[in-house]
Amino acid sequence: MNLKELSNRKARFTGGHTLCPGCGEGIIVRAVLQAINQQVVVGCATSCLEVSTSKFPQTSWKCSFIHNAFENVSATMSGVETAYRVLKRKNKIKDDIKFVAFAGDGGLCDIGLQSFSGALERGHNVLFICLDNEAYQNTGIQRSSATPYGAWTSTTQIGEKHKGKEQFKKDIVKIAVAHEIPYVAQASPSNYLDLVKKVSTAVSINGPSFINILSPCVPGWRYLQMESIHVCRRAVDSCFWPLYEVFVENGVEKWKLNYDPKDKKEPVINFLRMQGRFKHLWNDNKDIVDKIQANIDRKWEELKKRCSV
Amino acid sequence: MQNLKKWKELEDAGNILDKGNNEENDVSGWRSFRPIHIREKCIDCMICWSVCPDNAVISGDGKFIKFDYTKCKGCLICLNECPVNAIRSEKEK
Repeated sequence: MNLKELSNRKARFTGGHTLCPGCGEGIIVRAVLQAINQQVVVGCATSCLEVSTSKFPQTSWKCSFIHNAFENVSATMSGVETAYRVLKRKNKIKDDIKFVAFAGDGGLCDIGLQSFSGALERGHNVLFICLDNEAYQNTGIQRSSATPYGAWTSTTQIGEKHKGKEQFKKDIVKIAVAHEIPYVAQASPSNYLDLVKKVSTAVSINGPSFINILSPCVPGWRYLQMESIHVCRRAVDSCFWPLYEVFVENGVEKWKLNYDPKDKKEPVINFLRMQGRFKHLWNDNKDIVDKIQANIDRKWEELKKRCSV
Repeated sequence: MQNLKKWKELEDAGNILDKGNNEENDVSGWRSFRPIHIREKCIDCMICWSVCPDNAVISGDGKFIKFDYTKCKGCLICLNECPVNAIRSEKEK
């Protein structure tokens, strides 16, 4: 599949929404819907995506769209998918329909974790997508469990004693893998065709699947709006956001690395230096940068060992 | 936002039956820089189409056709990602 073929498919996410200029979510949602070439039902937890694309009485979605509360997109989509399965068995629905649940890092890693975990355990045939913008950007950039170490947010301020968030990021991918669901992946909009391939793999697999996607946020990360894709590329090349997928079959995990920068692996400071939320690390606070780098290196080595590269 | 329905004409239970009606919205007022396409340099790789968050690149038959300036918010990701510099920017008056 290439970009030309994708661009010939009918768009199901229209412009005219109120996402910020340069928002990564618009890019990702378009890619996901373009990759699924079938009827689709989308569920969306309360997030930037929901408030900006479905402000009543207008909507950006040309497919079915369900909005619900912050924490229960997984529960809602479980119900929808179960209803579909029952109606299909009774022969009241003939079409094949896919189900996608979009949520932010708040909606899946923090507030929605219990409904997410429940839906994975029950094995509903839904693709869960986490648009990880690393804080509660919609409500004013509060810290979330997915905020990286050392990042400024409105609740982790920079001062004499405290220098941004003091905990490392929650690894939601490993949590999803621990449920032994058939397909889990991590993707980034900078590697567009990789993202498209992961989405089409996920919808072709029978059972729950989860994709964690880095979603750059202009006002929250504080970078130039034209650099949305560029900042993701720095994240991938510095191994801050490695691209990999995990297939689980009969309880056996098969890890696969999709992109290895090899000798082009960049120091993480290149990624940090692009963003105003890490401004205090650009020149000072070397110990924090070293700690971030050590954490990334350890995780990268561990990942390579798992993928046996 | 031009043709909003009156509250009595709206559907019950907050349903929106008119799918994709955001398409009528004009967000061109958000823009401070306008991307301009240079046909001679363009190789129709469609990278600009893929990275546009606002569906503002109109394509057909695998080729770039034009920018939809009612949808473009002027983020200029297309300009930044274009491999052959076939997009330039111009300040809005």
